[in-house]
Amino acid sequence: MSFVSYLIAGISLGSIYAIMALGYTMVYGIAKMLNFAHGDVIMVGSYVVFYGVNSYGLPPVVSIVISVILCTILGVVIEKVAYKPLRKAASLAVLITAIGVSYLLENLALLFFGSDSKAFPDVLGFPTISLAGGKLSIPGMTIFTIVVCIIIMVGLMIFIKRTRAGQAMLAVSEDKDAAALMGVNVNGTISLTFAIGSGLAAIAGVLLCSQYHVLNPYTGALPGIKAFTAAVFGGIGSIPGAFVGGLLLGIIEDLSSAYISSQLANAIVFAVLIIVLLVKPTGLFGHQIREKV
Amino acid sequence: MKMSLSKFSKSTVNMIQTLLGLALTYIVITIVSMTGNLSHSMTNILAQLCIYAIIAVGLNLCVGFLGELSLGHAGFMSVGAFVSATFTHAAADAIPSIYARFFIAMILGVLAASLAGFLIGIPVLRLNGDYLAIVTLAFGEIIKGLLNVFYVGKDDNGLHMSFVQDNSKDLGENGKMIINGAKGIMGTPHVTTFTISMALLMICLVVVTFLVDSRTGRAIQAIRDNRIAAESIGIDITKYKMIGFVISAGIAGIAGVLYSHYLSTTTASKFDFNMSILILVFVVLGGLGNFRGSILAAVILTLLPELLRGLSNYRMLIYSILLIGLMLFNWAPAAIEWRARYAPKLLKLFRKDK
Amino acid sequence: MIMNNNNNLQDENMLSIRDLSIQFGGLRAVDSLSMKIKKGQLYGLIGPNGAGKTTVFNLLTGVYRPTEGSIYLDGNDITGKSTAAVNRAGIARTFQNIRLFGELSVLDNVKCGLHNNYSYSTLSGILRLPKYYRVEKEMNDKGMELLSVFGLDSDANTLAGNLPYGAQRKLEIARAMATNPKLLLLDEPAAGMNPNETKELMETIYFIREKFSLTVLLIEHDMKLVSGICEELTVLNFGQELAQGKTSDVLNNPEVIKAYLGD
Repeated sequence: MSFVSYLIAGISLGSIYAIMALGYTMVYGIAKMLNFAHGDVIMVGSYVVFYGVNSYGLPPVVSIVISVILCTILGVVIEKVAYKPLRKAASLAVLITAIGVSYLLENLALLFFGSDSKAFPDVLGFPTISLAGGKLSIPGMTIFTIVVCIIIMVGLMIFIKRTRAGQAMLAVSEDKDAAALMGVNVNGTISLTFAIGSGLAAIAGVLLCSQYHVLNPYTGALPGIKAFTAAVFGGIGSIPGAFVGGLLLGIIEDLSSAYISSQLANAIVFAVLIIVLLVKPTGLFGHQIREKV
Repeated sequence: MKMSLSKFSKSTVNMIQTLLGLALTYIVITIVSMTGNLSHSMTNILAQLCIYAIIAVGLNLCVGFLGELSLGHAGFMSVGAFVSATFTHAAADAIPSIYARFFIAMILGVLAASLAGFLIGIPVLRLNGDYLAIVTLAFGEIIKGLLNVFYVGKDDNGLHMSFVQDNSKDLGENGKMIINGAKGIMGTPHVTTFTISMALLMICLVVVTFLVDSRTGRAIQAIRDNRIAAESIGIDITKYKMIGFVISAGIAGIAGVLYSHYLSTTTASKFDFNMSILILVFVVLGGLGNFRGSILAAVILTLLPELLRGLSNYRMLIYSILLIGLMLFNWAPAAIEWRARYAPKLLKLFRKDK
Repeated sequence: MIMNNNNNLQDENMLSIRDLSIQFGGLRAVDSLSMKIKKGQLYGLIGPNGAGKTTVFNLLTGVYRPTEGSIYLDGNDITGKSTAAVNRAGIARTFQNIRLFGELSVLDNVKCGLHNNYSYSTLSGILRLPKYYRVEKEMNDKGMELLSVFGLDSDANTLAGNLPYGAQRKLEIARAMATNPKLLLLDEPAAGMNPNETKELMETIYFIREKFSLTVLLIEHDMKLVSGICEELTVLNFGQELAQGKTSDVLNNPEVIKAYLGD
C-alpha cells in the first residue's frame, strides 16, 4: 500500500505546484515575463496567515482571506513599480529586475520575521481518513489540497472562456498592441493577471505550509522555481498544462524521494525540465496555442 | 579615414588601461605586504577578490554580450572546483610536484566546466526567451544535488566511486576519501595565491576582450542586438551562442579551480543559487558589457561587507534594492528618455562603454 | 536539393515562385502566389496594407515555412531552408521596422554582413594571430568601400542606434549588400523618408544594381518610387495576386486602382 500513499502524497504536492504554476503560466502568457518573485509572494502570504492565527488569534479562514487580499495587492504593486516601467525593455532587464524583487522580499522577510523557521500550524485541522481497514491513511489536508486545486483550475478556465475580463486576457496574450487597438485595457488586464496570480499564491502558500509545517523567508523560493518548471513542463501559457505539469512534477518528486534518494529528488525534478526542453520545448500542452492565456 | 588613426580599437585601449591598473594594484599590494603592513585577513582575501572578479568577467560575457541570463554560473564553478580538486588529490602520488598537478588540474577543470556548458547549451540555446536562465538554475541545483551524494575514495587499488551510498568503509589498505558526499573535498593543497589569481584574471580579461572584438564577438553581439537580422545575414545563431556560452562557462571553471585550491574544504553547497545571484549583482552593478566594471564591482562588493561589518544584516537587502534600482534606471524607456533630456552628464557615467 | 545542370532549365530567372501559400490558422495570408523575376530586374511587390507583402518576404527568406509551393533561386530549390541558409544561398533583405545591431558601430554592422565572406577562427581572434589582422584589415577596407557607396563612411564609428532614421535605412541596405547577395529584398525602403531622400535612395538602388549586377525585389507604398524604378510589378490583395506585368500596365489596371482607392 505504500506506493499508493506515496502517489497520493505526490498528487497533493503536485496540486500545490499546480496552483503556483497557474500563477506563473498566466503571467508568462500575458506579460511574457518570468515573474521570479512569485514564489516569494507565497512566502509572504504564509507569514500573514501564520501571524494572523498565532499572534492575532484570528480564525484561520479570516487569516487566509486577509492573506489573499494582501498578496493580491502586493502582486499588483510589484507589477506597477518594478515591471511596468520595463515593459518595452529587453526581456533580460525584466528578468534581472524580477530576481531583484525576489531577493528584496526574502531579505525584507528576513529582517521582519527573522531567519528562524516557524512551525506552521495545521490551521485547517482536517482529520486523517483511514482506508482499507487502516492500512492506508490519507490526511484530510491532502484531499482538501487536491480538491482546491481542481476547483481553482476549473474556475479559471470558466473565467477565461466566459467573462469579458477573461477574453481580454486571451486577447492581450495573443497580441498586446492589437488588443489595445481593439479597445482592451492592456494595463488593467495585466494588473488583473498579477492580482489573480498573487491571490492564488497566497492560497498555495497556506496549502504548502499546512502540509510541511515549516515557514522561513526561503520557503517559497525553491517550490516557486519547481512550479515554474511545472509550467514549462505542461507548456507555458496553458492552464491545463500548468495543472498536469504540476501534478506530474509532484508525483515525480515524491516517488523519486521515496524510491531513489530524498537527496536526489530535486536534481531529478530539474533533470525532467531539461529533458522536456530537449524533447518537446513547447511542453506537453504547448501545441494548443489557441488555449494560451 | 578615421579608422586608421588609432591603431587599437576602443575596447583594446580600455583593456590595456585596466591591465595597467591591475598590475599597479598588484605591485602596490606586494610592496605593502613585503613591508609587513598588510593585515592577515586582507592577505587572505586578495585571492578571493581575483576569483570573484574572474567569475564576474565570465558571467558578463554571457549576460552583457550574449544577452542571455545564466543563473548557474556557480554550478559551472563547482564543476571546475570538484574536477580539479579531485585530480589534485588522486594524482598526489603519480605527480609529486604540486604545481604540475595544479596546472593539469586547471586544464581538466576548465575543460569539464566548458563541457558542462556545452551540454546545457544543447537543449537551451536554440530556444528563445528566459529558458536559459531557468535551465542554468536547474543545472546548478542538479550539480549541487549530485555532488552532495557523490563519494570518491582512493586506496591502493585505485579510485572507487559511489553514489548515494557512503563507500568509505569499503576502502582497502591506505584508503582515503577524496569526495565525501555533503562534506565535500577536504585538505586540498593551498596552491591558489594572489599572484596566480591575478595572472589568471588578467589572462581572462584579455581573452574576453579579444573575443568580443573579433568576427566571432561581432556575431555574438549581433545576435544579442537583433536575432532575426543576424539570421538574415547568414549568421548561425546556435553556433555563436554556443561559443560564447561555452567560453563563459569555461571562465567560471577557472574561478572554480582557483577557489577549490584556495579553500581548505570544498563543498557543493558553497556553490548555490545565492552565489550565482551575487555574481549577477557584480555584473549588473559594474555595467552589462563592461568588464572593467565587473572587476571593480566584484572587488568593492566583496570588500565592503568586510569593512562595514555592522551592515552585514542589510547587505543582501541593499544588493536587491541596487539590482532593481539599477535595472529600472538603465533599462526603463522612461528613465532612458529622462536621462537623455535632463541629465546628459549622468548618461556619460552610466552608459556602457566598451 | 536538385541541381539543375540541364540547360533548358537554367533559365534567365533569378527567382521563380510557384503556387506559394501559407496558412495561419484559418487565414490564408498568401494564397497560390506565382512570380518570376528575371536576372537584373527591378521588381516591385505592391498592395494595400495587410495584403501579405511582408509575409511573402518572410516566406522567401525562410522565416516562415510555406504550407504549399516552391521557391527557386537562380535554378536552385530553396524552399523550407533556414533563414541563415537562404542568405548563404544568395538572398539578403531589409526590414520594414528597421532591425540594426544598435549597440554596434556602423562599420561593425556592415562587417557583420561580411561574416560569411571573410573568415578566421575564433581562436585566431582570441590569440590575435596574423590571420586576424590580415582578415580584419580586408573587412575594414571592404566595409568602408560599401559604406561610401551609401554615403555613410563618415559615420563609420557611430553607434548604429544613434544614426538618424534615413541613414539607418541606408545602413540596413549596406549590411544586406555586404553578404554579397544575388537577390536583394527591400521592405519599404523609402518609408519615413522625405522626397529628396527618396530620390537619392532611388539613385542608390539603381547604382548598386549596376555595380553589383543585382536583382532587386521591393515592397513599396510610395507610388512615385515604384513607378520610377520598377520594371515589373505584382499587386497583392488579400494574399492573392491581383495583377502582374509591366509597371505602366499594372498601374492603369482598373482592378488595381479599385483595390487601392477602395470601392
